[in-house]
Amino acid sequence: MADLNPISAWKRFLALPNESRTKTIGMAFIVAVVCAVLVNGATVILRPIQQQNRAAEQQMRLEALISAIPGMRELIDEAGGDALTTVVIDLDAGQAARDVTPETLEAALQDPGNWTTLSPAQDIAGLGARPDYAQVYILRDGEEVSLAILPIAGAGYNGTIRAMLALHGDMNTIAGLSVIEQSETPGLGARIEEPAWQLGFAGKRVMDDSGTVRFSVARGPASSEYEVDGITGATRTSNAMTGIVRFWLGPDGYGPFIQAVRKGEF
Amino acid sequence: MAIPGGFWSTLSSPLVRQNPVTLQILGICSALAVTTSLDTALTMAASLTVVLVMSAGVVSVIRRHIPSTIRLIVQIIIVASLVIVIDQFLQAYFYDISKRLSVFVSLITTNCLVLGRTESFARSNPPLPSMIDALGNGLGYSLVLVVIGAVRELFGMGSLFGYPVLPTVDQGGWFTPLNLMLLAPSAFFLLGGLVWAIRSLRPEQVEAPEFEAPAVSEERA
Repeated sequence: MADLNPISAWKRFLALPNESRTKTIGMAFIVAVVCAVLVNGATVILRPIQQQNRAAEQQMRLEALISAIPGMRELIDEAGGDALTTVVIDLDAGQAARDVTPETLEAALQDPGNWTTLSPAQDIAGLGARPDYAQVYILRDGEEVSLAILPIAGAGYNGTIRAMLALHGDMNTIAGLSVIEQSETPGLGARIEEPAWQLGFAGKRVMDDSGTVRFSVARGPASSEYEVDGITGATRTSNAMTGIVRFWLGPDGYGPFIQAVRKGEF
Repeated sequence: MAIPGGFWSTLSSPLVRQNPVTLQILGICSALAVTTSLDTALTMAASLTVVLVMSAGVVSVIRRHIPSTIRLIVQIIIVASLVIVIDQFLQAYFYDISKRLSVFVSLITTNCLVLGRTESFARSNPPLPSMIDALGNGLGYSLVLVVIGAVRELFGMGSLFGYPVLPTVDQGGWFTPLNLMLLAPSAFFLLGGLVWAIRSLRPEQVEAPEFEAPAVSEERA
């Protein structure tokens, strides 16, 4: 007669020779279940704290960027606390997205249909594919856009570089840059995180009068109004930064949006 | 397999005499990648030690019931799960450091030091000695990481734990940071130097040459 007592069944299972098929499969199953519970438990319990960390960091970078721009803090205080509006824009149309909001942006970007694959010639930032929607921050002075903060990203030497680029209302003068995420070589490429280097972006021009993006990170000290100082020993990171800024301010990046703002359509 | 001399020698021998990194040259990938500064080296060392001790304990507890045909898979799953938990923990409570350690915490899974200890020691010893052995090996690994991390941060950036120790030229001091120290090759040089120093002090660690180079004959030369 079959013994249905779970304790004695467990003892019989443990007493099986290790090499028996039942015990092998049983042990594999038990170890897998216990490990799965452990991993899932840790992930689920810790996720809210991790999300807080990420959100706090994003907010901190944004505030650091704003306070690094001369006069910006006063402008925002003047206009009231929530002066900076968050807008999701459709990059191809250059207009505010109709059916995507900052809350649903993350979900929308899970859908591969909302990404555009870039050809190698277009892809100077090394992205591979570009999202169709981006969340930007806009400060208005009356009806006019006086500042736009645009998230930019691209492939660096060791990994993805993410940054926030602030443009003045003419959409041609850089107000500031803040690197949010990078994994470049410490002491060399990682110096793009240093505030001293990022300060060099303020006041630089992006395009010449014909509308071509001329911005670049120089080799060595900057020699024109379109250049910022290069970082010695970090040519690949400097070139990556050039590519990232050129891509995102060019026709495949925020180009249509920049045109719309200039025409006063935004 | 048990090392004679009790728990103390089990714990202390991997520090220098049987150091897993300098004697057995195990786990050097991460030892080279995360030692550009002292705080990342210390976090990595602590994570590895925790994973090592816990996996040794778990494997040792179930050692009599692990079918030998799937023993490696079982050990790797246990190690990998612990690593994911530690990684999530770091991302939650040590966010800045976890970002700089990036992928290397997850790579503890493939650190041959961890699998080496569970496979060679924990699988055939009771939990307490296994965990002490794991702790000793973890501390031996930590010692090497901390030494290399301290040298690289001190000479590469002139600081320790981010606090300036040698005033650098940038900040108006006299010390020109050695950029080489921040690149991967310097870790190889330092580790090589460390192995050389230890083997000079303890000649019994020197390995016998595997073959003699043949003498060049006069006519050919």
